[in-house]
Order: sequence, then C-alpha cells, then structure tokens
Amino acid sequence: MAQVSSIADEQVSTPLSTSKSILLRISKFNPESDDSPKFMEFNVSYEKWTTVLEAILDVKKHFDHSVAVRYSCRQATCGSCGMLINGKPRLACFTKISELDSDVVTVEPMNNFPVIRDLTVRFEKLFNTHQKIKPYLIRDDTDLESDEREFLQSPQEVEQYIQFANCIKCGLCNSACPTMATDSSFVGPQALAQAYRYVADSRDKGRDTRLNIIDESHGIWRCHFAGSCSQVCPKGVDPAMGIQFLRGYLLGFRS
Amino acid sequence: MKESTIMKIHYGTALAAVGLVAVHILMRLTTGFADSLEYENVLANYRSVPYVVMLELILILLSVHGFNGLRVILLELKQGRVYEKAVSYGCVVAMIGLIGYGSRTIIMTNMGMV
Repeated sequence: MAQVSSIADEQVSTPLSTSKSILLRISKFNPESDDSPKFMEFNVSYEKWTTVLEAILDVKKHFDHSVAVRYSCRQATCGSCGMLINGKPRLACFTKISELDSDVVTVEPMNNFPVIRDLTVRFEKLFNTHQKIKPYLIRDDTDLESDEREFLQSPQEVEQYIQFANCIKCGLCNSACPTMATDSSFVGPQALAQAYRYVADSRDKGRDTRLNIIDESHGIWRCHFAGSCSQVCPKGVDPAMGIQFLRGYLLGFRS
Repeated sequence: MKESTIMKIHYGTALAAVGLVAVHILMRLTTGFADSLEYENVLANYRSVPYVVMLELILILLSVHGFNGLRVILLELKQGRVYEKAVSYGCVVAMIGLIGYGSRTIIMTNMGMV
C-alpha cells in the first residue's frame, strides 16, 4: 500500500508540461515569384514529445496557414516530410524538438531537389532513378502455376538484403549526397541502394541487367563514399555499404 | 568502353604507378639528391634501357590515371551531351599528346640526340 502511495506521489510530482518555447525559422520561397528564400520566425511552445512537424503544423494553424509542407503518416513510414532541420536532412515527424538541443530550429527544403514552394520539393527525379534500376524481382517464371509454391528463402538469404527493403523513398540520402550537389545526372544513393536490394535477393535473376544500368558515366562510380547518405537515413538503411557491395560485383570480387 | 572497365584501369594504373614510383625513388636514393639531378647523371639514366623502360611505364600509367581522374572531375562539374563528349575525347587526346611528348624526350635522349 505504501509502495502504491509513493508511486502516486511520484506521478503527481512529475510535471505534465515543460512549457518551453523555441524560435522556429521556416524558409519561405516560391520559385515563381521570389528571387531568393527568406525566413519567417515564430515562437512556438513545445513539450518534450513535440516533433518538428507538429511545430510547423502549429504555425500553419495559428500564425501562417500559407506555409507549404508535405506530410502524411506522422510516423516515419510514408517518407513525405523530409527537410533540412538545423542544416541536417531529417524527417520532421521523426525529429523531436527536445532532441535538437537548441533554442532555434531552422527548417528548409531538402538540398538537391527542385523546390515547389517553402518546404516542399519535387520527387520526380528520385522516382525516375528508382524506376530506372527496375525495383522488382526479375524472373522468367513470374507467372506461378497453380501447383507451385512461393519462392522460399533461408534467413541467411533474407539477411543479405532486408535492411535495404526498409527504404521509404524519403530522399534524405539524396539530399545529403555531396555528389548529387554537383552532378545532376548522378543516379544517387537511394536508387543504388535499391539496386543492391534486388541484386542481393536470391529470388531475383536480373542482376546483370541492373549492373549494366548503374555501370555508366553518371552511375555507381561517381560515388565518393562520403557516407552521409547512411548517416541521415531514418530507417537504418546503409546505402554506402550497398554501393560498395555493388562495386564488388562490378570489380569481380563478389559473384 | 564500359565505365567499370575504365575504373578497373584507373585503379590498376594507380597501384602499378605506386610500385614503380617507389622503385624510381629508391634508385634515386642510391646517389645524393643533388648528384641525381646533375645533367650528365640524368642523361646517363636515360641511356640505361631498363631504367628508361620503367620511366616510360610510369609516364603511361600516370598519364592514363591522371587524365581519367581529370575526366571524372570535369564530368561531375558540369553535365550535357556535347560537353561530356568533348571532355572525354579531349582527355584522351591530351593523354596521348603527353605520352607522345614524354616518349619523344626519352627516345631522343636515349638515342644520343640531346
């Protein structure tokens, strides 16, 4: 009974609200009418669980409804809300303000993507390069006969590619890539990681096709292994490692 | 030529050049640095056939590696079909020119024309 009482006392003494506030700086830019981006500043209160996306939506609701931001699931699954938060590519819904350890939070659109407006960017190039590497299983016997079973894999075979299957196409890796900043034709870490995801899949028979696609002058060889793609991935995918494995295939070290 | 073939050549020439340049530096260490650059000593080196073959190999390896590196840098700097073709062919021509000019020096000295 005494123990229950002490737990109750502890819960009562725990503050429910931190009532802190930060200065949220939002990049405002419309390429059709503005010459350069400018920052709008808002004081936003937050709790320790408040995410950057919630703060931006708070601004939209109470201060400036014209702020353009793309979001959907709010749980790091849809990959819609990628942006630069204090200079680093992150998902706004997956970044708590309290974890940033700063009184000023600056949000900007992702690098290496054309801006539509404010924080929203065009994903056409990312989706095009993703499609280019044929992100599906290639087999001659795709049409299953009625008496056939599913393609079985051992846990070891799944382990070869499963982390790369976690990609949500949020574009943070492409945004962080220094090669993409200068080489507009570079295929990018997202597509390369997905190429490896299918090349390493034991059910897939399209390895040579994919290796041919990425083996061009703006393909896999333009990666300088900065590793920033792997550092910013919110899903724990390691594109830099996948790219090195793909190079192993092309150089003949892997088969 | 496929990019992977070009990059295999790029890595291969780098490794081979490191080995041969190391041999070249070690051979230069057999005499003092100042002596090594004496006019007569330089000519004598050029008249040693094995040494000249090594110098020619270093020239080819470094030219191939260096101009491919330059091509890669220029391709990353700017994109466009005409520009990329100009860069690629320009680098090949410059590489052949440099190898030709270096080989001419080596051959002329080796044949006693200097």
